[in-house]
Amino acid sequence: MRSPQPAAISITRIAAMVRRYWYLLRSSWPRLLDLVYWPAVQMLMWGFLQHYISQNAGFFARAGATFIGAVLLWDILFRGQLGFSISFLEEMWSRNLANLMMSPLRPVEFVLALIIMSVVRLAVGTIPVVLMAMAFFGFNLFGLGFALAAFFLNLLLTSWAVGTFVSGLVLRNGLGAENMAWSIMFIFLPLTCVYYPVAVLPGWLQHVAWLLPPTYVFEGMRALMTEHVFRLDLMLQALALNAVLFAAGTAAFLSLLKSARRNGALMQTGE
Amino acid sequence: MSASMSASTSAPPAIAVERLVKTFRSTTAVAGISFALAPGSITALLGGNGAGKTTTIATIMGLVEPTAGRVTVLGAAMPRERYRVLHRMNFESPYVEMPRRLTARQNLRVFGELYGVPDVAGRIAELAGELDLAGLIDRETGKLSSGQRTRVALAKALINRPEVLLLDEPTASLDPDTADWVRARLDRYRRERGATVLIASHNMVEVERLCERVIIMKQGAIVDDDAPAALLARYGRDTLEQVFLDVVRGQREAAQ
Repeated sequence: MRSPQPAAISITRIAAMVRRYWYLLRSSWPRLLDLVYWPAVQMLMWGFLQHYISQNAGFFARAGATFIGAVLLWDILFRGQLGFSISFLEEMWSRNLANLMMSPLRPVEFVLALIIMSVVRLAVGTIPVVLMAMAFFGFNLFGLGFALAAFFLNLLLTSWAVGTFVSGLVLRNGLGAENMAWSIMFIFLPLTCVYYPVAVLPGWLQHVAWLLPPTYVFEGMRALMTEHVFRLDLMLQALALNAVLFAAGTAAFLSLLKSARRNGALMQTGE
Repeated sequence: MSASMSASTSAPPAIAVERLVKTFRSTTAVAGISFALAPGSITALLGGNGAGKTTTIATIMGLVEPTAGRVTVLGAAMPRERYRVLHRMNFESPYVEMPRRLTARQNLRVFGELYGVPDVAGRIAELAGELDLAGLIDRETGKLSSGQRTRVALAKALINRPEVLLLDEPTASLDPDTADWVRARLDRYRRERGATVLIASHNMVEVERLCERVIIMKQGAIVDDDAPAALLARYGRDTLEQVFLDVVRGQREAAQ
């Protein structure tokens, strides 16, 4: 008796992959600790620096107030991509990729499962740190309300687009490309002006910065915290750029997967 | 090539490989091979290292895109139409592992759901009985012995009751007793389910015991294809190992 053809996109298969990563995460306390460790260290370091600066009067005192916000938002961007990419790398490290590629799991389902795990890992890592920021420095990220949701959505979309692209690179080139997963997001640190306004950059580099969606988020965050203005226009521009970036990331992933199928990379999955 | 002809005339083949070529840059891994496997048959793909066995199996699984030629499984062209049939296939290889931090039950549950198995818990219980997994089903896969991991991998390969089962050296690195045990389970599964099985192997004992047809590859080409008894008679040898050595050492003409 023939079983029916599987659905084009199956919630069951996506849930199976999420369950697989959840089993892994909950079975390893070092993995859980690692999710919180660096965000906590960063937040404490920048928090104390901001505390020191705020004791001085004038411009630096006002600018210092944005540091913790920048740190927490940067972490959403960085950890979002890392959460996505690490879940993918788990398949490479465990030599399980061929099992998945041979199963009815479709690439879009795989990517959706990685997106869900990115949110789960981010929540596990960020929520305790946000609570710490509240306790130690009186900084309430949730107090940003709707603006936080807009920042969060835009940063996550960028992180998923970059994570999808990096996963494609690793799929095509093996674990030799693993370092990209850890380092690629750092190019966004200077270019998206996490800790300083876009106006600081040379003119030509400002054009590059405005091509990157997180730039709009960090500018929006500074406008909110120093001028108490929510710049919806910046968020909408970021959303439009994210749509382009996400489409490009997905297209690159599918193209790299096709290339991996052509050059036999799916048979190897090693270095 | 009598075996392939009989396979193609009796029923639509479960697996059909037609003039398959696969090149990686300047290296030709598979050089225009053709064969067809009848539903319910069990066939060995024999060959030395670099003969093209793994590339052939990977192409049948849809992991590799052919450079030229055509591969169909259960009527679907691979890899283009793979999602039509992947839920009716499965494979096992000692070179592909399952996540080691997950228990055997967790791994089987994940794969059961990926393959759309109804009543996954029931199917796992059934396989645990058949493959003697009851005592290890809740242990981490990475903490199992090599033989135990092979049994779990076999359970994964059978989780969806596949109509087509592809095995790449299924008993590599197993002790003779465990290897024999695995062969017996595979043979029983094929007989009970009428599954089509293709095994890539270096193990001649395994091939003689399990397979009704042997395809021998060398440097990407098929150099012989027949039933084990017919090969033994043609080469005037007592074992398939001797036949294999004759072929890979280029003594085919001398044997004939």
